[in-house]
Amino acid sequence: MNQVPHIRKFKQVGTRPARPDGDDKVTGRALYGADASAPGMLIGVILRSPHAHAEILSIDVSAALAHGGVKAVVTGADLVAQDEEFLRDIQENCLALKRVLYDGHAVAAVAALTAKAAQEALKLIKVEYCALPHVIEVDDAMATDAPIVQGGRALENVPAGFSQNVTYHCAFGHGDLDAGFAKAQHIVSRSFKTAATHQGYIEPHACLAQMTTDGKAELWCCTQGQYNVRDVCAALLGLEGSQLRVTASEIGGGFGGKTNVFIEPVALALSRKSGRPVKLVMSRSEVFRATGPTVSSSMDVKIGMARDGKITAGHAELRYSGGAFPNETVSMGAQSAFASYDLAAVETLGWNVLTNRPKEAAYRAPGAPMAIYAVESVVDELCQILRLDPIDVRLKNAARKGTKSSYGPTFDDVGLVATLESAKAHPHYSAPLGPNQGRGLSAGFWFNFGGNTCVSLNVNTDGTVSVIEGNPDIGGSRASISLMAAEELGVPYEKVRTIIADTASLGHNDITDGSRVTFSVGLATIKAAQDAIQKMCGRAAQIWGIDPDAVMWENGAAMPAGENAGKFPPMSLADIAAVAFETGGPIAGHFEVNADGAGVSFGVHLCDAEVDPETGATKILRYTVFQDAGRAVHPSYVEGQMQGGAVQGIGWALNEEYIYGKDGCLQNAGFLDYRIPVASDLPNIDTVILEIPNPGHPYGVRGVGETPIVPPLGAVSNAVSRAIGKRLSQLPMSPPRILHAILKD
Amino acid sequence: MKNTHVATKVNGDSVEFTCAPDETLLEVLRNRLGLTGTKEGCGTGDCGACSVMVDGRLVCSCLVLAVETQGAEVSTIEGMALGDSLHILQQTFIDHAALQCGICTPGILVAAKALLDKNPSPTDTELRFWLAGNLCRCTGYDKIISAVQAAAVQMRAS
Repeated sequence: MNQVPHIRKFKQVGTRPARPDGDDKVTGRALYGADASAPGMLIGVILRSPHAHAEILSIDVSAALAHGGVKAVVTGADLVAQDEEFLRDIQENCLALKRVLYDGHAVAAVAALTAKAAQEALKLIKVEYCALPHVIEVDDAMATDAPIVQGGRALENVPAGFSQNVTYHCAFGHGDLDAGFAKAQHIVSRSFKTAATHQGYIEPHACLAQMTTDGKAELWCCTQGQYNVRDVCAALLGLEGSQLRVTASEIGGGFGGKTNVFIEPVALALSRKSGRPVKLVMSRSEVFRATGPTVSSSMDVKIGMARDGKITAGHAELRYSGGAFPNETVSMGAQSAFASYDLAAVETLGWNVLTNRPKEAAYRAPGAPMAIYAVESVVDELCQILRLDPIDVRLKNAARKGTKSSYGPTFDDVGLVATLESAKAHPHYSAPLGPNQGRGLSAGFWFNFGGNTCVSLNVNTDGTVSVIEGNPDIGGSRASISLMAAEELGVPYEKVRTIIADTASLGHNDITDGSRVTFSVGLATIKAAQDAIQKMCGRAAQIWGIDPDAVMWENGAAMPAGENAGKFPPMSLADIAAVAFETGGPIAGHFEVNADGAGVSFGVHLCDAEVDPETGATKILRYTVFQDAGRAVHPSYVEGQMQGGAVQGIGWALNEEYIYGKDGCLQNAGFLDYRIPVASDLPNIDTVILEIPNPGHPYGVRGVGETPIVPPLGAVSNAVSRAIGKRLSQLPMSPPRILHAILKD
Repeated sequence: MKNTHVATKVNGDSVEFTCAPDETLLEVLRNRLGLTGTKEGCGTGDCGACSVMVDGRLVCSCLVLAVETQGAEVSTIEGMALGDSLHILQQTFIDHAALQCGICTPGILVAAKALLDKNPSPTDTELRFWLAGNLCRCTGYDKIISAVQAAAVQMRAS
């Protein structure tokens, strides 16, 4: 039953049917995190630290409890103390213990009859703080005399002599750097900085929790991973996993930011104390202050290039901060920085540094966009200095099948050369530019992941099919999963309905992250369909009285495998399903896997930008995304990922940043001051999908969701740098920053 | 503060409710009337997810006090489809894959309909500026613009 992905002709994969949740979402019927309610429900709210860093001397909740509308108050002491560092950090982030580590850190929570009563009660909680010195910027936090955010958290591989804020170090690469740089015609060294940016999903975190006196609990929440929420909350509340059923609501965007747990254990604790359901919804300001963002960075990149454009050596040193708790995101930056290139000598070093900022959450290709921005900026500068075509230079150095990647593994079939050639041949690349305009190019890379996945596929007696999977659908994945099930079974798409199970209804599934769903859930769905097909062939064999091995599945029907098997008319899925009760009972297919073979993904972005020399404001004039999707199961949603990722990257490049005051408090915790791109900022985002099948998937699918946020930072910066004739090295390229660069010297 | 009695029309239906003087229309729609199709993304008028029409005017319902709708006609996403048939805009949003997560979709549909009702042939630039108050983080707006323009063509023909 193995398919050869290169030659398989698809009947439904690659078409663009309506998504199964479309009607619900255009009519307002779809239920998101904040849309659920329960009889007797209380409203929960959270008290947050006004300090960037402080010791908590005391918390007095007596006046809040005395408020007539208040039914419960909880603090960090109401969650179960955790031994494991990973869980202890989540616990402390959900409700502070003896200290607050950033502006907005949760300190206590109230459940009351009304939102108004809850807000009034928050003001009655008396917290005595002893403010401590804070540190916000990554370079400041590395200094040996910097305020210590958390001591004793450094891993063993961090060399002695660093600030205790430095918790993690990594190094990747191969070859002789000195020899490589010695061969260069020209070497460019530059330092770069990028600001922390927020995922910016439009739906704030929201949940509805109910714990009952028999030790059972129900939780409804917007999350990218209900099984992770269950496991973390069960630990923090001291529950058995089986007794906590988590249902993922429709999710209003995540981009990695909803892979974490923030309010759910707090709502459960409030429900346990009050004996009533508790709904807890973050405000937008809370979302900015206490969730997300991605890492901020400070980076040095040095690249040597021969006269013909061959990169002779590359070196990068990356310093990332993911806020007040240790993380290893910089490792992904260090691994991906030079992944687009086939290099004889390369080294990347990474450092994670603690600062008094919120606990970092993954953001679409976490760690990669900033590192690749820095590398692609230097490559572009070298192309300018050596008067070489940026695509030719990238083609000359491009990673391809057999390349030993800068982070170790040797690549299998990858699509970088195809995307570069496609970009070079595209009319965009040769279109004329006007005054104050520049064209920027950047390649980009992401690993993609597989992971733990299980799928159940039920063949219904009326000839329809129900697919049960466990990964929240953020961008149309139910359509893609239904398409793959329909393709494999040979039934029309409309006969398949895919639903997302709660944690009690299906085995564990890893979080919707790492661009893993269409790959892993797709793979498990195809295999579950094959399992069902095998059973249906068995039923047909039984009916025909022949050996099951003599039955094959083709065009949605069982049929004798050859002349010797006997002559029987084909039995369709519907025919077999209709008599299932007489041939052994219900028919279902299952598949469980820890999926490997996700297949890396490359993209190339072209950006035309015009800079107003009077104001420093940038207008994106034209933008084209080229990406290898392996196999585009539902091309509209592949394009959607490419367009959405590109625009998030444009926002990161031009507007978005966490701005802190001297007091270490976030100054722009709202969409007015944290400006994500709006419709009038943008041109159409054109897309070109390349399909270089991933050998690790039966249909050749690669993840596509994360790669498109990687190239825009470099593409936009290279466009702006060429437009103004000055090399920029800091994001965001806000108008004052660009104006400063124009007016300098 | 004492609650106030308000009589209004929502999606053509007569509706009565009581609310506090400082309660927003968004809060009343979602929490008192069960109309959760209108979404809250910010509560400060910056994202447009809560867009509704009040007496023919496009507003952020998080910035309107519910008591202001006394005697008014309010229309929300729940009133856009006619019975069991979707509005042309709703159908083109599905056909053009103009939504990914869908949380901004109700507000964008309400805003887009408000534009097409008064300007049946907007240019892309007019459309992009009209929708500049409606944030979408998933799509990059590209397919939203195509979907609205496709709907405009069909609406002009019908």
